[in-house]
Amino acid sequence: MNDSNPLSPLDLETPDKTYLDSNELIINMGPQHPATHGVLRVILKLDGEKVLGTECVIGYLHRGVEKIAENRTYTMFNPYVDRMDYVAAVSNGLGYCQAVEKLLNVEAPPRANYIRVILTELNRIASHQLWLGTHALDIGAMTPLFYTFRDREEILKIFEKYCGARLTTHAFRIGGCLYETYAGFEKDVKNFLAFFAPKIGEYEELLTTNRIWLERTRNVGVISGPDAIALGVTGPVLRASGVKWDIRKAQPYANYADFNFEIPIGKNGDTYDRYLVRMEEMRQSARIIEQAVNGIPEGPIMAKVPKVIKPAVGEIYHSIEAPKGELGYFIVSDGSTQPYRVRVRPPSFVNLQALDVMVRGMLVADVVAVIGTLDIVLGEVDR
Amino acid sequence: MLTAFMSYLGSEVSPGVAGNQLWALIYILIIFGGVSVAVIAMNWLERKALAHFQVRLGPMRVGPHGLLQPIADAVKLLIKEDIIPTEADKVVFWIAPVIGLLAAFTVYTVVPFGPSQAVSDMNIGILFMLGVSSLGVLGIVTAGWASNSHYPLIGALRSSAQMVSYEVAMGLAVVSAILMTSMNKDGTGTLSMIEIVRAQQDQHVWFLFKFFPLGLIAFVIFAIAMVAETNRAPFDLPEAESELTAGFHTEYSGLRWSLFMLAEYAAMIAVSSIAVTLWLGGWLRPFPNLLSGTAFDVIFSFFPGLTFLGLAAIAVLGTMRMPKHNYFRIQTLGLGAFAGVLGLIGLLLLVIAIAAPISHNGFLLRAATALNNVYWFVVKIAVFMYLFIWYRATWPRYRFDQLMAVGWKVMLPISLGVLIVTAIVGVIVS
Repeated sequence: MNDSNPLSPLDLETPDKTYLDSNELIINMGPQHPATHGVLRVILKLDGEKVLGTECVIGYLHRGVEKIAENRTYTMFNPYVDRMDYVAAVSNGLGYCQAVEKLLNVEAPPRANYIRVILTELNRIASHQLWLGTHALDIGAMTPLFYTFRDREEILKIFEKYCGARLTTHAFRIGGCLYETYAGFEKDVKNFLAFFAPKIGEYEELLTTNRIWLERTRNVGVISGPDAIALGVTGPVLRASGVKWDIRKAQPYANYADFNFEIPIGKNGDTYDRYLVRMEEMRQSARIIEQAVNGIPEGPIMAKVPKVIKPAVGEIYHSIEAPKGELGYFIVSDGSTQPYRVRVRPPSFVNLQALDVMVRGMLVADVVAVIGTLDIVLGEVDR
Repeated sequence: MLTAFMSYLGSEVSPGVAGNQLWALIYILIIFGGVSVAVIAMNWLERKALAHFQVRLGPMRVGPHGLLQPIADAVKLLIKEDIIPTEADKVVFWIAPVIGLLAAFTVYTVVPFGPSQAVSDMNIGILFMLGVSSLGVLGIVTAGWASNSHYPLIGALRSSAQMVSYEVAMGLAVVSAILMTSMNKDGTGTLSMIEIVRAQQDQHVWFLFKFFPLGLIAFVIFAIAMVAETNRAPFDLPEAESELTAGFHTEYSGLRWSLFMLAEYAAMIAVSSIAVTLWLGGWLRPFPNLLSGTAFDVIFSFFPGLTFLGLAAIAVLGTMRMPKHNYFRIQTLGLGAFAGVLGLIGLLLLVIAIAAPISHNGFLLRAATALNNVYWFVVKIAVFMYLFIWYRATWPRYRFDQLMAVGWKVMLPISLGVLIVTAIVGVIVS
C-alpha cells in the first residue's frame, strides 16, 4: 500500500481492535450521514477528535452511466448526462451536446448559444445556491438553506417554463436547442436578476462577517495552488487557491468570449476563500446573464444536424466550466450510431481527491466543513 | 390534613421553610406540571418561531396552526418501539436519561417564582441550583458511554469537556452577583435565591445595572455560558447533527429520547431562571423605582390579564383568517375555542387585578400579588427562551477547540476580572 495513506484496507479489516484498547478511533462517516451530501462514505482515522487520515469509499450511487452510453445512440444518451450532476443538469447537457457537435463538426447557431449561456449561468447560480445552503447547514447555520431554496425556486420556475422540467432539464439537443424561448422568457430572466441582486446581500449578511462563520472557515481545509493543480482540482476550489483558471476564459466555448466578466480568485485557498469566490461567481453569472439577455439575437436555434447521428471514426475531448469545475467528455466514435466509449471527467470526483490533503490534522467538524466546501454531488462522483 | 392545608394559607414564606410538607407537595406537583406544559409549549413555539425565521410555516396540519403537534409527537414517541442496542450496557443505558431528567427537575426546588412561591428556600440555594443542574452532564456522559458506539462516545466526551469548562466562567459570574448582595447596611451577602431577589429590592436596582457595566458584563458571561451549559446552538456540539448524526443520543429512540428532550428544555428553563433571579430582579416588576407609586402599581398589575387578552386577540385574528372551507371547520372552531379560553383567563386575571385593591380582601390581595410575581418571573424566562430560539436560527456552530478557546481564554479571564473589580468597587462604595 501507498505509504502516504495510513489507512490501508487491510488495516480496516482486522477486527481485533475495539476502541477500548486503542488510542485511535476508526469511524465510518456515511454512507448514511447527514453531512456527506448523499451516499459518500468517509472512513476516518481519529486520534480523539483529530483526523489522522481519511479514505473515501465511493460507488454507492454507481449507475454505470458511461457503460449505458455504449448501448445508446448519441441522441438517446443525452438525457442520461443530466443524472450525473443533478443540481447542474443544464451544464452537463451543454458539455455533452458540444462534445458531440465538435465530433460532427457542426456549430450551434448564435441564438442557440445565447439561450445556452443564459440557462447554463442560471444553473450555475442555482447550483451555488444549493451549495451555500447545504454548506452553511453543515457548519450549523440552518437559516441560509431556506433562503437559498426560496430563491433557487425562481430559477427552477424559469427552467420549468422553458422545457417542462425543473431538475433534470434535458434543455439542449445536439446542434442547438429544441425549444424556442417562451413568450416572456426575457422578462422572467430580467425579473429574476432584479430579484436576485439584493438576495446575495442577504446571504452575505448572515455569514460573511459572522464571527463564528469566520472561525469555522478561515484556515480550514487549506490547499495551495500547486497542490491543487497536482491533484487535478478545478473550479472554484482551484480559483480560491489563487490559480486563475476558468475554461470560460481559457478556452471559451459557446459564446462566452462575447461577454465581459471577471474570474474571482482567492488568496489562501481556505474554506472562507472558496466561500467568497463562489459568492462572487454568482454575481458574475448574473452579469453574464444580463449581457446575454440584452443581446440575444433573432435567428434559428438549431443547426443542420442529420436525423441519424453517425460521426466519423475519431475521438474528441471537450470540456466546459461546470459550476463545480472542469466537466469534460471524452468520446470515441467507431463510425456507428452509438459511441464506442464515453468517458466523463467529473469535477466532483476529481475534487474529492483533495479531501484527504485538506483535512489531515484538522478536527472532525472540519471534515464536514470541507466536504461541504468541495461541493460534491455523489451522482457525479459515482456516475 | 385539613389543618395542615389551612395553616399554611396566608403564610409569608415558602412551604419548605414553613415545614408544611402537604403544601410543598402541592407546589411540587404544580411546578412539575407547569414545567412539563412549558416544555410542550416551548416545543411548539420553537418549531413555529424557527419556521418563521426561515421563511416557512412550520407545523400547520395537526390542529389549527399545528397547536396539537406536540401532543401528536408525544403520542408518537410513546408508542414507538423501544430499542436498546444489543451491544449497549443495558442498565446504564436505561438510567442515563432518568439521571438527566432528575437533575433538570430537581433544580426547580429552589426556583423562586415569588417571595413565597417556591417549594423551598435554602440558605445555599444558588449553590444547590448550580450543583444539581451540572449533574445533568452525568446523564449525557453515561448515555454516550452506555450506547457503546463511536458517535455517542465522541458526543459524550465533548459535552463533559464543554460543560465543565463553561461551568467555571458561569460560577465566577454568579459569584460576582452574589458579592453585590452584600452591598447592604450590615454587609452580609446571601446565597438564598429568595434573599438575592430581596437584596435587589432593598438596593433598588437589578444587579444587571448595578456598578454599570460590571453587572451587565457578568450577566452576559452567564448568558453565554448558560447556552453552552444546556448544549444549545451555537454550542450544540454534543449533538451536532451534521457531524455526529445526533451525538450522545444517536442510539436512543422513542420514550427515552423524549426524556432527553424533556431534560434539555427543562434545563433551559432552569438556567434561565437562575439568570432572571440573579440579574433581572426575579419576580420584581420592571422599573419599580423609576415608575413608582400606586398608579404604576395598578397599571403593572393589569399586565397579566392584558397579556392573555393579547394572546386571545392573536388567536381570534387567526380564527378569522382561517380558510372558509368545510374542511377547516373543526380547526376554525378549535382555534376559536382556544381564543375563548385565553380570553376568559385574561378576563379573570383582569378582574382579580381590579377587584383586589378595591375589596381590601386579604386573600384576594395575596392572590393578585402572587399572580403578578409569577407573571413577571415567567415573562423574563420567556425572553430567554425566545433568545435560545433566535440563536439557533442565526448562528453557525462552533468547532470544539474554538469552543474551548472561547471558554478558557475569553470568558474565564473576563469573568475573573469582573469578579475582582466588583469586589474592589464594592469595598470602595461601602
